[in-house]
Amino acid sequence: MSVQSSVEVHTEWGIVSARQAGRNLAKEIGFGSVDQARVTTAISELARNIYLYAEKGEIIIETIEQYHSSGAKKGIKITAKDRGPGIKNIREVMEDGFTTSGGLGAGLPGVKRLMDDFDIDSVVGEGTVITAVKWLR
Amino acid sequence: MHAAVLEMIYNQRNEIKENWSEKMTLVRNDVFKEKVPKTLFQDTNEEFAALIFNSFDAELEDGRAFLRSFAEKLIRMGWPLSYFTKGMQTFRRVVLESISSGSEIPSKKMYETFYEIEEWVDEMVNQLVDEYSGSWETTLHQQRLALKELSAPLIPVFDNISVMPLIGTIDTERAKLIMENLLDGIIEHRSQVVLIDITGVPVVDTMVAHHIIQASEAVRLVGAECILVGIRPEIAQTIVNLGIDLGKFPTKSSLRKGIETGMELTKRQIINV
Ligand SMILES: Nc1ncnc2c1ncn2[C@@H]1O[C@H](COP(=O)(O)OP(=O)(O)O)[C@@H](O)[C@H]1O
Ligand SMILES: [Mg+2]
Repeated sequence: MSVQSSVEVHTEWGIVSARQAGRNLAKEIGFGSVDQARVTTAISELARNIYLYAEKGEIIIETIEQYHSSGAKKGIKITAKDRGPGIKNIREVMEDGFTTSGGLGAGLPGVKRLMDDFDIDSVVGEGTVITAVKWLR
Repeated sequence: MHAAVLEMIYNQRNEIKENWSEKMTLVRNDVFKEKVPKTLFQDTNEEFAALIFNSFDAELEDGRAFLRSFAEKLIRMGWPLSYFTKGMQTFRRVVLESISSGSEIPSKKMYETFYEIEEWVDEMVNQLVDEYSGSWETTLHQQRLALKELSAPLIPVFDNISVMPLIGTIDTERAKLIMENLLDGIIEHRSQVVLIDITGVPVVDTMVAHHIIQASEAVRLVGAECILVGIRPEIAQTIVNLGIDLGKFPTKSSLRKGIETGMELTKRQIINV
């Protein structure tokens, strides 16, 4: 059975709620404290980007399972969705230090390193969908 | 309100009140799950009924003042707004019942009468909701001030050494306060070393790291030294994953070690005697 929760992000409170939902689910499915911190931090980055660059959007957090010949593995999947301005050059925003807001520019490349799978789908003028997965070991 | 309606309510005052009080026991079950003492509930109902009957003949301003003090009382007791709204709805039902069963109001005036009563109930409810929300806003404002005072305190622990313990989530407003309080406090306490303790910060993302980096650079500019303490192991790992380089910043694992370093920097030490 998969558990899913969705949190609206359009204030800084939304960022905190999304983080809390992520931490709870990560704890529930058995992640250790380091991976809980990784998942929570990744959500924080994605949610803050929504708040800063798209004004509003949502964070969806769910458990996922993948079946192999050797058995099944479980994980947590984060989807960050917005209908903001979109990202023109995805390679550029994935570089460490690239920022358009005077930030550290470490958010997106950081999320990629914090998580196991990472994917950006963005159309300029339509919005951005970013998914990231952490597998339970 | 129409004179005939007022007269009817006035004439059947006791009956209406009796009926209303009886129906209010349902409200007690519903709103309070019987957790409120019966006598307190009855006493408050008495006052509520007096307020209602008073509103018919009191001057507008007096009526408002009466309502306000009743609202304040309910808030003080921690009673929910629904006690009042349900009370008013119950009163409306009782009055409408006695109007339709009686013959004082001619049936062609019925609609008009219902409408007037409706309007009167709405007005009372609106006024009370205003009072309630005004009072909540004041409370919220006071709590926000209290929280603000607690959110980034700079505590002088020794001559020239201060500590800023941070507990809880850091948002943009709080980040601003951290910076202000650090710089003001350093001047005020003539601190040479400040320790920022992040043991209680649940998530250190790039925004929090950025603010801490900026704060410690500003601290250096006013001639003091900033040491970051209380980085939990899991936070240390996520900071590394994020690719944030804290190499330039003095860090210590615990507040105690940080204070020892601060003592060294200010040419003192803690000795056992
Ligand atoms: N959801 C988004 N919509 C549009 N642009 C975005 C979004 N997320 C990130 N960006 C762009 O990518 C850049 C890099 O993001 P990030 O790595 O998080 O660093 P930072 O937020 O510190 O700038 C941002 O400055 C912004 O221009
Ligand atoms: Mg970012």
